[in-house]
Amino acid sequence: MPDAALIERRADIVEALRRIVPGEGVIVSEAERRVYESDGLTAYRQLPLVVVLPSTVEQVAAVLRHCKEAGAKVVPRGAGTSLSGGALPLADGVLLGMAKFNRILGIDYENRCAVVQPGVTNLAITKAVEHAGFYYAPDPSSQIACTIGGNVAENSGGVHCLKYGLTTNNILGIEMVLMNGEVIRLGGKHLDAENYDVLGVMTGSEGLLGVVTEVVVRILPKPTTARALLVGFPTTEDAANCVAEVIGAGIIPAGMEMMDRPAIRAAEAFVKVGYPLDVEALLIVELDGAPPEVDHLIGKVEAIALNHNATTIRPSRDEPERLAFWSGRKAAFPAVGRISPDYYCMDGTIPRARLAEVLTQMRTLSEQYRLAVANVFHAGDGNLHPLILYDANKPGEVERAEAFGADILKLCVEVGGVLTGEHGVGVEKRDLMGTMFDECDLAHQERLKCAFDPDGLLNPGKVFPQLHRCAELGRLHVHAGRLPFPDLPRF
Amino acid sequence: MSRFAPADLDELRDAIGEALAVEEPLEVVAGGSKRGLGRPLQLPRMLDLSRLAGIRDYQPSELVLSAGAATPIEEIDAALAEARQMLAFEPPDLGALFGLPAAVAGRRTLGGALACNLSGPRRIQAGAARDHFLGFRGVSGRGEVFKAGGKVVKNVTGYDLCKLMAGSFGTLAALEEVTVKVMPQPEALSTVMLCGLDALAAVRILSGALASPHEVSGAVYIPALATAGLTSLSGSTAVAALRLEGPDPSVKFRRERLLAELGLDCEASSLDEEASIAFWRAIRDVLPLAGPGDRAIWRISVAPSRGGELGEAIGHRLDTRWYLDWAGGLVWAAIEGADDGGAAVIRDAIRGADGRGTGHATLIKGSPELRRSVPVFEPQPPPLAALVGRIKESFDPRRILNPGRMVEGS
Repeated sequence: MPDAALIERRADIVEALRRIVPGEGVIVSEAERRVYESDGLTAYRQLPLVVVLPSTVEQVAAVLRHCKEAGAKVVPRGAGTSLSGGALPLADGVLLGMAKFNRILGIDYENRCAVVQPGVTNLAITKAVEHAGFYYAPDPSSQIACTIGGNVAENSGGVHCLKYGLTTNNILGIEMVLMNGEVIRLGGKHLDAENYDVLGVMTGSEGLLGVVTEVVVRILPKPTTARALLVGFPTTEDAANCVAEVIGAGIIPAGMEMMDRPAIRAAEAFVKVGYPLDVEALLIVELDGAPPEVDHLIGKVEAIALNHNATTIRPSRDEPERLAFWSGRKAAFPAVGRISPDYYCMDGTIPRARLAEVLTQMRTLSEQYRLAVANVFHAGDGNLHPLILYDANKPGEVERAEAFGADILKLCVEVGGVLTGEHGVGVEKRDLMGTMFDECDLAHQERLKCAFDPDGLLNPGKVFPQLHRCAELGRLHVHAGRLPFPDLPRF
Repeated sequence: MSRFAPADLDELRDAIGEALAVEEPLEVVAGGSKRGLGRPLQLPRMLDLSRLAGIRDYQPSELVLSAGAATPIEEIDAALAEARQMLAFEPPDLGALFGLPAAVAGRRTLGGALACNLSGPRRIQAGAARDHFLGFRGVSGRGEVFKAGGKVVKNVTGYDLCKLMAGSFGTLAALEEVTVKVMPQPEALSTVMLCGLDALAAVRILSGALASPHEVSGAVYIPALATAGLTSLSGSTAVAALRLEGPDPSVKFRRERLLAELGLDCEASSLDEEASIAFWRAIRDVLPLAGPGDRAIWRISVAPSRGGELGEAIGHRLDTRWYLDWAGGLVWAAIEGADDGGAAVIRDAIRGADGRGTGHATLIKGSPELRRSVPVFEPQPPPLAALVGRIKESFDPRRILNPGRMVEGS
């Protein structure tokens, strides 16, 4: 329940924020606050108490310090592209927008890194360095809009993370502000932390531990060449076996994506790139590196695909064709959006060996819930994106889609996988955390939050199914002075 | 000192629970090969994890391996080699550096490598130990069993506590089982050797190589003084080396391109596969600085472009043998004759003339007196040090696990 007493103090909070961030940086009118009411998970909406858009680290620190003193909750936000409701506002919380931190502060080719503010978009980093032959590797589908600060909060991935890693493997340092206003620098242009890897645990903490105000990202030299193979299979089992054998043969493709029949049909109808329509599963395998290596590996992958009953094999002949192969995959979500009024995108990861079984089970669930599902899949790393098709205007379909989605994620956990591969827990999967972690696991995570934010004011209500007070979590039960374990081996 | 050697997760929990009950802190040990790292401990109890060993799940095509935390690296390497895979972060064997008997050095464990976050030359391309650490189960200093992460390569469910365990030197939890990402072994390997360069020129060349698209997986510079520790180079001039790995046709192509593009005016040669394996293993294991004597050994992490000047700056002021890994980003230095083991000079050099340089120095080897008197890990600014203290407290409020191993009084 929102804190009514705090909402009553709204005018005081607004006034205090205006003293910290003068001018247009504090947004109060309902019409302007409406812009911030949801993120990429549009099923959830909530008007924030007030929006503040600071433009300096000092302002961020002062805003957080004031909110801590006032007991006001804070929700940090980058571009608002989270697919798990990570930036969903609170009725009794200040929304802290980082959009004004939009400058690239420095590019250091000698040390292969760039220093950027958190509101810089993911793609803008690559755009700024590509003239020198470099790029920033993690490439979430929303890269044109999503910000690097949000990428750090969510530990974002993309189609190339099998070979090049997620955000956590591609950043070297951050500057961050704690809820008490302290500014902390972690890492820098060097590799490896000097004590506990606080940078590592900040990455993917979904805005619950601190607010990132600067990021040092690693930039990589662009591979000499990249080619893609389009491979069609008569069954998803064949495709899954092919993927396993490619990796078993020691090949780590730059990307390895799978689509099932409904996804292929939707994508082809949308972009018309010549995807085969007579197959049950389509793989896009991208190989990059030195030209002789790419040719060598394309030959190997072709041979493996043939072994697994591939009916279509098309290597890209040039760069436009490679991009065409990808255009269908990259447009898969909007393509599905064309054939269904609404869709709900899931994000579990499974051990790849269980893929065929999970897809079969998913078809049974699809019949049970009377909702169609299309699958796109980061096949290389086992990250599934089932798209559940529904119509929000039909009574009961939203609820059915959510229940179907929850069943899919539970299935992922049952077969040894996890709830989320790259979209984050947010509010969406919060209540499913118990399927993967027991109370003790979660208590260890929540106590870590207490070390950063003892009052629980930063982005509360995300990730954890229940809110606990730090004092209650901190208790330790020891029966002092006696030996409760007489059977323990002693030497 | 009483020793406790739990055989399973329940016994591990009980051992820590009992230590809590009687308020006797534990020194956490698995193979014992890294006991010399960190501040010296004199604790009433030893928690020996070595029975928590054995590979529990390994599916080569999933690129994932789960094992008891105390599984010897040798056993893991052997299992991976059968499927032509490897631990890509190249966990070092510091046995020779520490002068350990082979039997002790051979007991180095996967959990130990992760807990110390030690990585070899391939770190510049494949990432550190922490980047390959996917999940774990263990017992915190609260005497409670907990787990984090998962057994798949891509996972963002909950806080990434693996990162926190990596490099925590057993001060937060005793690990019982760990899951790591494994990678295919490269088909072929070649090393380009460049002779006679000075440090600054070498760093420029190594940096140029890493900025090329030729996927360099090792970039090291060894001044003449430090070549004595390498039998293959002993007594030669300074050497810079670049490693190329991958399918055979690719390695050949990239080597030619690299040599052409670097525009070298020094002598270049190649090491064949067998010599390359030995050379990079020696770099991984810090052999250029191994040998008799009680030099203080430092591991210094800085922006790669600063490595050469830093090595030279320290060398001018102290009796130092040093070399560079990670294209200059990692300076290994062995120092003799300084009362503080060279701590003040090294840490001043990291901050640089303007006081704004970033990086850190860790005293990897030194006498117990030295490790007690100078900070083994880089001192942190007060707000960060306080945060690190609160993190320790959240996992281990009674300071029962390796207290004082990283920071005095923590």
